[in-house]
Amino acid sequence: MNRLLLNKIILLLSTLSALIGISFLFWILATLSYKGITSIQWITFTKDLVEGGIRNLLVGQFTMALLATLVAVPVGMMAGIYLREYGHGSKLAAVIRNLSDVMMSAPSIVIGVFVFALLVDPFNGYNGWAGVVALSIMMIPIIISTTDNMLALVPQELREAGMALGGSKHKIILQIVVRAAKVGITTGVLLSFARIIGETAPLLFTSANNQFFTMDLTEQFPSLTVSIYNLATYPDEASRQLAWAASFILTTIVLIINLFGRFIIRNKK
Amino acid sequence: MGGKLFRNFSFFSATLSFFILVGIFAILFHYAQESLHEFGFDFLWNQQWEAGEDDEGGIFGGYIPIIGTLSSTVIAMAIAIPLAMGIAIFLTEIASVKVAKPVSVAIELLAAIPSIIYGMWGLFYFAPIVQATFGGNGVGLLTAGIVLAIMIIPFMAAITRDSMNTTPSVLKESAYAMGATKFEVIKDVIMPYSKGGIIGSIILALGRALGETMAVAFLIGSVMHTVGKVTDPTTSIPVLLANNFVEAEDLEMSSMYFLALILFVVSFIIISTAKFYFLGKKVK
Repeated sequence: MNRLLLNKIILLLSTLSALIGISFLFWILATLSYKGITSIQWITFTKDLVEGGIRNLLVGQFTMALLATLVAVPVGMMAGIYLREYGHGSKLAAVIRNLSDVMMSAPSIVIGVFVFALLVDPFNGYNGWAGVVALSIMMIPIIISTTDNMLALVPQELREAGMALGGSKHKIILQIVVRAAKVGITTGVLLSFARIIGETAPLLFTSANNQFFTMDLTEQFPSLTVSIYNLATYPDEASRQLAWAASFILTTIVLIINLFGRFIIRNKK
Repeated sequence: MGGKLFRNFSFFSATLSFFILVGIFAILFHYAQESLHEFGFDFLWNQQWEAGEDDEGGIFGGYIPIIGTLSSTVIAMAIAIPLAMGIAIFLTEIASVKVAKPVSVAIELLAAIPSIIYGMWGLFYFAPIVQATFGGNGVGLLTAGIVLAIMIIPFMAAITRDSMNTTPSVLKESAYAMGATKFEVIKDVIMPYSKGGIIGSIILALGRALGETMAVAFLIGSVMHTVGKVTDPTTSIPVLLANNFVEAEDLEMSSMYFLALILFVVSFIIISTAKFYFLGKKVK
C-alpha cells in the first residue's frame, strides 16, 4: 500500500478514536445532567433516604471519606517520607514501594471482603468504622505514591542547604522538603479523595447502608454510592429518579474536586 | 529524640502496606480453607453452584464467574487497546498543544467518573443500544465488556500518552529528516522507544478490568449461566461477590472467599508483572 495513504488512514483513525473518547464523555455527562437535574427537588437535599431524599447519604458518604482521609494522609505521607528520605536506595524501600503500587491496583471488592472478615463478621455486623477502614486501605497507597513522587521532585540542594544550617533530619524533612512539595501533595490528596468518595464496592458489605440519619459509626452507615446501586435497580420510577439525582450530585462533586486539584497545581507552575 | 520517633513512625507506616497485603492474603486463604479442602483445584473447572438442602454442604464451582470475568475482560481489552492507542497518538503526535490540552483534561475527567456511574448509564442508555444492534436482552457479557472498555480507555490512554511523550524529539526529528511519514515515526521510533510503558499500561488496565465491580454489576446480568452467545447474561467474580457474598453461609461463603482469593492472586500477579517487567523501577 502507498505509504502516504497508510499514514493518512492511521492518522485519521487516531483522530477518530479521540473523537469517540470525547463524545462518550459528553454523552455520559449530558444524559447524567439531564436526568439528574430534572430529578432533583428541594427535598432531595433536606430529607433522608427514608423520606425520599439523600441528606443522610451525603453526610454519611462525606463522613466516611473524610475520616478515611484523616487516617490515610498521615500514614501515607509518613510512608512516602520513609521511602524517599530515610530508606531511599535501600532494598526494603524498593520492595515496599512496589508492594504499595500493587496494593493501589488491588480489586476494591476484595478489600471489601477482607474488611468484612476482619471488622464486620466478628462483631455486630455492618458498621461505619469498617467502611472507613476499607476506604483508608484504598487511599493509603495512593497517598504513598503521590508523596514519594512529589518528594522526588524536590531538589537535593534544598536538603543540603538545610544540612548546612545544621538542621536535624526530621526538621529538614518537615520544614523544607515537605513544604516544598506541599502543592503537589495537596493535589494528590484531593484527587485521591475524589476517587474514594465515589467508591461503592468496598462499602457494600462494610458500612452497607442506612435509610436514616446517623452519625454513630458503630451502626450501619448511610452511603450515597451503595444507595445508588440499590435505588437504580428498584422498578419504581421515584427510586430511579432519586438514583439519577444522587449520581448527578456525586459526579459533580467528584469532577469539581478533580478540577480544583488540577487548578492549584497548574497555578503553581 | 523527636527525630527518632518521627523516623520510627515513618518506618512503621511504610511497612503497613506490606502487612495489609499479607493480611488480605492470609484472611482470604484462611476463610477459603473449607472450600479448598472440599473441592481442591476442581473448583476451577466445576460449573455447578448449588447449595445443599438446609444449607448443608452443596456443590460449588468457580467456572462460570471465572470465565465471565475473563471473557468480559477480553472483550473490553479488544475494544480498548486500539482506541486508547489512537487517543494517545492523537494527543502526542497529531493535535496541536491548543487542542491536546483540553482533550487530555477531558480524557482524565472521564477516568475520574466513579464506576457506578458508568454502570448506571450503561444500564439505561447503552444496554438498549446493544440490544437493538446485537439482539439478546440488553444486559449480558457483550454490554458489560463494551462499557468496561469505555471505562478503561481513558486510564490506558493517559499512561500510554505519558510514555510516548518520553521519546526524545531528536530521535523523532532524525526520522522525519529521513523522509519518514508520521505513521512511520510512530511505528518505528515512538512505539519501540515507549514499548515498555505501553505494555505496562495495557497490563494495568487489564488488572483494573478484571477487578471492576460496579460497572459490570449493572450490566452482566448476574446469573449463574454459562454463555452460549456473546449477548447472554452471565456473572463475574466481583459481581457474584457484590450480590451474593453476605447472604452466603458455611461452604458457600467459603467458596466466595476462594473466588476472592483467586481474583486477588491473579491481579497481584498481573500488576506485579506490569510493574517489574514493563514499567521499570522508577527509582530516581
